[in-house]
Amino acid sequence: MTRRQLIPIAILLLVACALPLVVSNYRVFQFNLVLVYAIALLGLNILTGYNGQISLGHGAFYAIGAYCAAILMDKYGVPYWATLPVAAVVCLVVGFLFGLPALRLEGLYLALATFALGVSLPHLLKYHHLEKWTGGVQGIVIAKPDPPFGLPINADQWLYYFTLAVAILMFLLAWNLLRGRVGRALVAIRDNHIATEAMGVNNAMFKSLAFGVSAMYTGVAGALGAIAIQYVAPDSFNIFVSIVFLVGIVIGGLASISGAIYGALFIQFVPNIADEISKAAPWAIFGIFLIGFVYLMPMGIAGAVRMGLARLQRKAQNK
Amino acid sequence: MKLVPIAALLAVAFASPAALAQKKYDPGANDKEIRIGNTNPYSGPASAYGTIGKAIGAYFKMVNEQGGINGRKVVWVSYDDGYSPPKTVEMARKLVEQDQVLMLFQTLGTPGNTAIHKYMNMKKVPQSFVATGATKWNDARNFPWTIGWQPNYQTEGRIYAQHILQNNPKAKIGILYQNDDYGKDYLKGMKDGLGDKASMIVKEVSYEVADPTVDSQIVQLQASGADTFFNITTPKFAAQAIRKAYDIGWKPTHYLNNVSASIGSVLKPAGLEKAVGLISTQYLKDPLDEQWKDDASVKAWRDFMGKYYPEGNLADASNMYGYTVAQTLHQVLKQAGNNLTRDNVMKQAAALKGYRAETMLPGIRISTDAGDYAPIESVQLIRFDGQQWKRFGSIIGK
Repeated sequence: MTRRQLIPIAILLLVACALPLVVSNYRVFQFNLVLVYAIALLGLNILTGYNGQISLGHGAFYAIGAYCAAILMDKYGVPYWATLPVAAVVCLVVGFLFGLPALRLEGLYLALATFALGVSLPHLLKYHHLEKWTGGVQGIVIAKPDPPFGLPINADQWLYYFTLAVAILMFLLAWNLLRGRVGRALVAIRDNHIATEAMGVNNAMFKSLAFGVSAMYTGVAGALGAIAIQYVAPDSFNIFVSIVFLVGIVIGGLASISGAIYGALFIQFVPNIADEISKAAPWAIFGIFLIGFVYLMPMGIAGAVRMGLARLQRKAQNK
Repeated sequence: MKLVPIAALLAVAFASPAALAQKKYDPGANDKEIRIGNTNPYSGPASAYGTIGKAIGAYFKMVNEQGGINGRKVVWVSYDDGYSPPKTVEMARKLVEQDQVLMLFQTLGTPGNTAIHKYMNMKKVPQSFVATGATKWNDARNFPWTIGWQPNYQTEGRIYAQHILQNNPKAKIGILYQNDDYGKDYLKGMKDGLGDKASMIVKEVSYEVADPTVDSQIVQLQASGADTFFNITTPKFAAQAIRKAYDIGWKPTHYLNNVSASIGSVLKPAGLEKAVGLISTQYLKDPLDEQWKDDASVKAWRDFMGKYYPEGNLADASNMYGYTVAQTLHQVLKQAGNNLTRDNVMKQAAALKGYRAETMLPGIRISTDAGDYAPIESVQLIRFDGQQWKRFGSIIGK
């Protein structure tokens, strides 16, 4: 990493750390959700942005992660932080297994298969034989963790810092994974899978792994989301969640790590702005925002930022 | 900026010590206004209910034009939650922490209200007259800041059980219910109402919301030999059940839950002639009902709709519901007088003594006390005559 790249990251981290100390608790809670969405979007971006496999069902992995956390906390008294690795492993395995048969499906057909997953999962959660764990339609209410070691901050602020730490770890892992051999293989498969195979890359393995890792990220986000909201129910994970995730990565910027953060800010705040503008048709306003962004920033917000910086640089050099 | 009203308040306070003694405020209330928060599904799968939030907003617009409540304007802050519990949590926190409302009112849906149940009680902010019929809102001891409004499902189930015991103590009861908390609440009410006679239930079958039809369940119920049918279904399935029972020649005494007692969205699609003899319950005046055509309160409602909510649908009973529940809150705030603390608002909500809004059916009253958080506990039995619902018998319940 060059110094030029490090400076903005350092500033971003500083802002992220200082944020809970200057804004209200409600805003802290909202930014907590932004971090959660950012992790989920990063996961989806690994699959869709880098590897070119379209998923319309990542809400399902988000839900599985959330239910893992809720069930472990509620039924087995597991501390909240210990639920994250479990949610990660469960989603990794489920994602990997789902990725195996999905290998035979390309493009739009894969999109439909994942769509089916996203649509059916809320109904499975209501299934009465699973009810003693999932709580059926009623869902599960969980308690909010208190800050440990008698830290002089409130529960919202603590959870924010906890989520921030997890997010930083997940982003570092993703950055490490994507900038090297694995990342190049994923992008190569997206761009030309026959050529990639000819170069000796095990396409099937990489695609399934991409699915698994992607699901793992989204699952961890789901678990963090459940802890922040303190409640899980089938109604929280309808197909719209999956669609909104896809919107988030496209708006934020496909195949871009920073795009996940922009996308998360978008899906957290723009629906609220739309609701304030019109009660009659909030989603119509949201649609206008969406079209505006897609037209003005065809490479996503991350792409627009990159191009803006490049232009500034050129200007500076010409002078 | 914030100093100005405080300074004004201080000036008033010093000028008249008596006023200071009387007036008490919590966040969201002052000399000029009362801020009330709400979440409603204006978008998403349940957006048909969103009209309730709009009708309530229109009602308070009317109240404000007429001078407000005890001289204070009501500020109605309502956000879309799309019937998604995480969004309800976010919006409830926004209302409480950022918009600083005095209370929440009529937050809609069982899942969303469950999601904020703990939070509201921890924050000690009223979650008042929630728009769901689940029974758990009547739990003053554990959740003193949450109160329901409409007759809850268990109460209604018990009322049908009473009616069966009185009229046909040898009945063989078949039950169809939706497999979720709503269906099970009704089922529990029916069983509690039958008490040690619960063996009268000869068959229970359930369906999932995702099922395409309930045809096979109806056939099973007929085969069980049941002569009384308790139909616990939401509108789409209710219409299917009524039609199927008629088509296969099963003619039980048919009890239909209030959730699906709409002529327009259930009985018409099923076929009016197939619905003759259905028994259900009501607690509000149905705006489509011919007998209320010249009723003063229904006329007042129609004028209100025309003037303050002209885009609202006059055939939609939800608008009548919103108007009526808003009157209940109006009464509570009137009772609270100048003591607009959260504590007192809750106390007043739990101190309604025989209150009635004129758009409730004759004889229905709201009574609450510190241990009884179930406002409407009585309903009117009604029977369908092929054209409209006819009331029969007296008001049942407390």
